[in-house]
Order: sequence, then structure tokens, then C-alpha cells
Amino acid sequence: MSTYKNILEVRNLQTSFFTDDGEVKAVDGVSFELPKGKTLGVVGESGSGKSITALSLLQLLSKPGKIKGGEILFKGKNLLDYTEKQMREIRGNDISMIFQEPMTSLNPVYTVGYQISESLMIHQNLNKREAKLKSIEMLKLVGIPSPEKRVDQYPFELSGGMRQRVMIAMALACNPDMLIADEPTTALDVTIQAQILDLIRELQAKLDMSVIMITHDLGVVAETCDYVAVMYAGQVVEFSDVRSLFKKPKHPYTVGLLKSLPRHDIEQEKLQPIKGTVPSPKEMPVGCRFSPRCPAATDLCRGRMPGLITDEQKNEIRCWIYSEEWDGDPEVNIYGEERIAEG
Amino acid sequence: MAKKELLKVENLKQYFPIKGGFLGRTVNYVKAVDDISFTVYEGETVSIVGESGCGKSTTGRAILRLDEPTEGVVSFEGTDLTTLSRSEMRRKRKDLQIIFQDPYASINPRQIVSAVIEEAMHIQNAVPKEKRRERIEELLQTVGLQPYQADRYPHEFSGGQRQRIGIARALSVNPKLIICDEAVSALDVSIQAQVLNLLEELQDEFGLTYLFISHDLGVVRHISDRIIVMYLGKIMEISDKKSLFENPQHPYTKALLSAIPVPDPDKKKERIMLKGDVPSPIDPPTGCRFHTRCPYATEKCVTDVPELRTLPHMKEGHQASCHYIEEIHSGEMQPRDYSEKTKIKA
Repeated sequence: MSTYKNILEVRNLQTSFFTDDGEVKAVDGVSFELPKGKTLGVVGESGSGKSITALSLLQLLSKPGKIKGGEILFKGKNLLDYTEKQMREIRGNDISMIFQEPMTSLNPVYTVGYQISESLMIHQNLNKREAKLKSIEMLKLVGIPSPEKRVDQYPFELSGGMRQRVMIAMALACNPDMLIADEPTTALDVTIQAQILDLIRELQAKLDMSVIMITHDLGVVAETCDYVAVMYAGQVVEFSDVRSLFKKPKHPYTVGLLKSLPRHDIEQEKLQPIKGTVPSPKEMPVGCRFSPRCPAATDLCRGRMPGLITDEQKNEIRCWIYSEEWDGDPEVNIYGEERIAEG
Repeated sequence: MAKKELLKVENLKQYFPIKGGFLGRTVNYVKAVDDISFTVYEGETVSIVGESGCGKSTTGRAILRLDEPTEGVVSFEGTDLTTLSRSEMRRKRKDLQIIFQDPYASINPRQIVSAVIEEAMHIQNAVPKEKRRERIEELLQTVGLQPYQADRYPHEFSGGQRQRIGIARALSVNPKLIICDEAVSALDVSIQAQVLNLLEELQDEFGLTYLFISHDLGVVRHISDRIIVMYLGKIMEISDKKSLFENPQHPYTKALLSAIPVPDPDKKKERIMLKGDVPSPIDPPTGCRFHTRCPYATEKCVTDVPELRTLPHMKEGHQASCHYIEEIHSGEMQPRDYSEKTKIKA
């Protein structure tokens, strides 16, 4: 077995959709890494490319989507060199994925037991009876009461929270090294969300799993992740450890997101939204993609795309402000009158 | 200054029949809203929060009689809306407007924006015909769009812009009360903040009253003056915002607040983990509806329905419906299963 430091390293990933109106670059040069046993949050708003990044990792894109370039190093090996057959060995066995909508990602005409057994029979060569016993064990692990009874039920007989637990049982049945969770709790109520996040955290520790958590919810990121990649318009604009990101966000977009967020835990005077909207993929700005909405943008920002700049904490920011070439106010204050992070 | 009551809801019930069996008879009811009462004063924002199935949206729809309420009184400026004829009610809707959650479903995709807004004015006869175009352009500017966009189709707009169109439509008839049913829930945070700020500005400008229905407590804390917490068709707690967030009394409110993830990795907090799911509103639990998941529940909670009440340690106007507010507050009663109360990020 080859040696590797990070379970996953993504380098310059590019995924495009080739439509009748031309190429749409949904993911454009995304890089990040995930150390073993840790959780990486990929956060961004609709259209930022976070879900396409996740689907690209497992090569689950359907036409007209296509991975154009880059490397996806899983345990040191580039998954993009794998054949479809080899990828099938990886999916569900080494890397599993759970989706936002547990109702549409479960097959309504099969029992939950059958659906969990399926991957066990394919990947682990268990027979039907063994697979069913293992399925019951998995249902128990994810906290479903009376699993012997539930194993023979159909998805419609379960509540939303229960279905997401079944999805997790399915994903973890083959003991994967990495779990990709794409908005796993977005469709759930907060009290159920708390249960599911807790469950993922607990199982991660128990099974020594690495997790990629794709979400739009900064609260979920703060509570579950070790590292965060903030995505905007198909690019990572800030890659940071979770504490630095919330205490001292550096990219003006991250700052804007945190200032837009209505908090339930503190009293806020007025929200400070980011002006404008996300650019359409067909009309991407030439320079920094956030420049049309950025309060600090200069001609440099509008004219040229910034690269990723590494700061002293080894965090990365895609912003000209932190480069030697910065042509604006050297004392520029992207935080506005008051800092968002306190206490 | 005495506050003027704008909307008063008394003993509102909304039961939806379940048909079934051989003759399609009503076999049971979904008790979506079960005997709730509250008042909304002029110029304030009252929010209804709760999880799916708590009856918050049903309440909004019943007030407007989009679904006919089963029982109860809905007085708007002293008139009981439930006694009005259909045409009288339609006229009354000039004063009560609603903004829906999904800006993709609530605007006719085959009408241009000006037609969408004009239709409302036409039905209510709010603005003389020749002045309507001018009014539409003015409204679009009010909600942060451009007058030239009046002749565009909804598909040319983003989600946030569509929600602005929905707001312009609601404003077009000069309403007094706007019910916002998850009006910002489908929007990304940066856009959501824009729309929330817009709603606040409009409230100041036109003296609007909002009944704001949402599941997002962050949004609710930001926009509300007073908050109603619902669970399974019943009101668990009513309070002004400050008192609710800083001094929640009902075990459900406490659990709900503690369940929300905080965007601050350093904040340690005690999470009250609720067991199980929300029970079905078809056969809701007896007594206190929350007793099946409540860490404090006793025999009494299973049999007796608690009333909303205020105790001496609570602020005026802060009410909760729990048998044991005092005992829980004083610490005399402890949550039954302490292992369920876990510290996170400890």
C-alpha cells in the first residue's frame, strides 16, 4: 500500500457542462485536502459548485457534465485514472455518499433491508441471510428502534429522520474510509437535524472515517467540521481551519456571508447583505468572480483573476488584498464598522 | 399609548377530514390547528415558529380563509372574517395579503411582471386603470427592481428577485397586514438578508403589520417583536422576542433553541437532544402534546392539557403552556433521562 498523508487531495479539479449554449464551468480549478479521520466542510450558496464537486469526486456526473481536468487523489491514487469498473469497486465500499433528499434517494419499491443488503452482497460477498443480519446490525447502529421489524419495511413507512438514518446505514454498511454527505440535514427539522449530525459525528469516531460535509449552513459547518472550503461561482475562495474561518474570515465573500446570517444566539442590529447576485455561469466576470459584489474591489480585481494565497496559518485565500500586487488601500478594512466575530 | 388590536384569533381550529373506507366517509381528522388564540397589534411583527406539521402555515391560511377554518373567530379590525360571504372576504383581502415561500410556484410563469401585479390591483380595484402602470413602476422601485423590468417574464428573474415581485404584488393593494409564509426560506443567506432588510424598510415606510411564519429561529429573532412557538397544532409559548430567547420557559422551546447549530466553533453549549420524531397530528398525544418527547413529562402531562399561563418570574405577556414551569425554573424538577442531555464540543 502506498503511503499518503491526506486521505483525499483534490488538485485543480475542473468540471464543465457542455450545453447547446456552450460550456458552463461549474467547477473551475478546485483544490483542497482532507487529512484522515477529519471532517471537511464545503460551504457555498446555490450555484457555487459544491454539489457538482461532490458528484465529481465519485464520477457520478451524467451528460452533459464532464470532468475536464485535475486530479482526485484518494489514498494517494488518482481516481480519474480508474476505469468505470474500478470506480464501481470504490463507490459504496471505500467512499460512500448520502444525499439531501432521503425520499428520492431510496428506492420506494424495495424494503430498506434489501437496499442495505445490496451493497453488502456486491462488495463484501455476503449471502442473502448474512447480508440481512448485517443490515439489522447497521439499523441498530444508526439508532433505529426495533430494527428486526424495520428491516422489512418500505421507505414510505418511515419518517424523514428515519429515512436519513437508513441512508446512513446504507452508506456505512461496507465500512467506507470516507463519507461524502451532501446537505444531509437540509430537508430535516432542527431537532431531527441535531440527532442526525450527532449520529454522523459519533459514527465517524467509532469507525475512524473521514467526512466531507457539503452544506449551505454555516452553523452546521461550525459544529461539525475541522476544515472548511468556501466556494463561490465554481471556485474555492477560502480554505481554512474552522476556527480561523469563523474568528477571522479573510475573503470578503466569507465576511459577507457571516454578516448576512441572522443569528438566533445573539442580538443583531441590522443584517449587512452582500449586494447583487451570483453571476450567471455564462457571464462570468473576467477578474475575481466576486469583484462585482465586493465592497473592496479595485481595477486589479476586476481585470485579473487572483490565485490562491497562503497565509501564515497555512490557510488559503483567493483575494488580491493579501498579495504584494494589491493596488487598493493597504489598510483596507473588509469587516466594516464592527467585527462579526466576538466572544 | 394603547396598542391597537389589528388581528385577533380566538379558539381557531382547523381539522382536515381523512376520507376512507367503502363509502368514502370521513374516518378521522388531521388536527392541524387545534384551538389556538393570539392577538396581533398594529405595526408589529409577530412570528409563528415551529417544525414541519406544527400548524404554522395552516394558521396563516385559515386567517385568510384560503382554507375554511373548522371553528373559531378571526377578527380583523373588529370584523369576524369567518362570518363574511365569499365576495365580502375577497374585498377584505385588500387589507390582508400573503407572500408565499416558493417564488417559482406563486407567480404565474406565463404572465409578465406588470400583469402579475396589475391583476391584484384589478381584483381589488385598488388603483384607477390609467394610473396602474405608473403605480407598478413605482412599486418595482420600492422593492429594489427597475421599472423597465415590468415587461419581463418571471423566468428572467432570480429567486430573490421573484420574491421581490411577490412582495410588490402584495403591496400593490396597500394592505394593512401581510402574512409572510416562509417568505425567505428558499433564498440563499446573502439574498435572504437583502429581502429581510427590504421587509423591515417597507414596514417602517408603510406602517405594515407582519405575521411572519418561519421555521428559522435566526430569521425570527431578527425580524420579530413577538414570537409564538407551535407544536402539533398547539401554542407552546408566546413571548416578546427578548424574553423568549433569553428566558425560554417551555421544555420544547428550550430543546428547539438548543438544537440549532451556532456559527461559532468556540461556543460550547448544552444540547437537549429530543428523542424520536414529531407524532402524527391524526391521533395527537393526549394531555400535553409534547409529553411523548419531553424529558420532564409526568403522569399529569399524559392526561391533562396544560393552559397558557404567566408566572411571577416571567415577563408580562410571556406565556407558556406547561404544567411544571415553576418546578423546572426553580430546578426542583430535573430532566428524566440526563444521559440524553449531552455536551457537544466539550
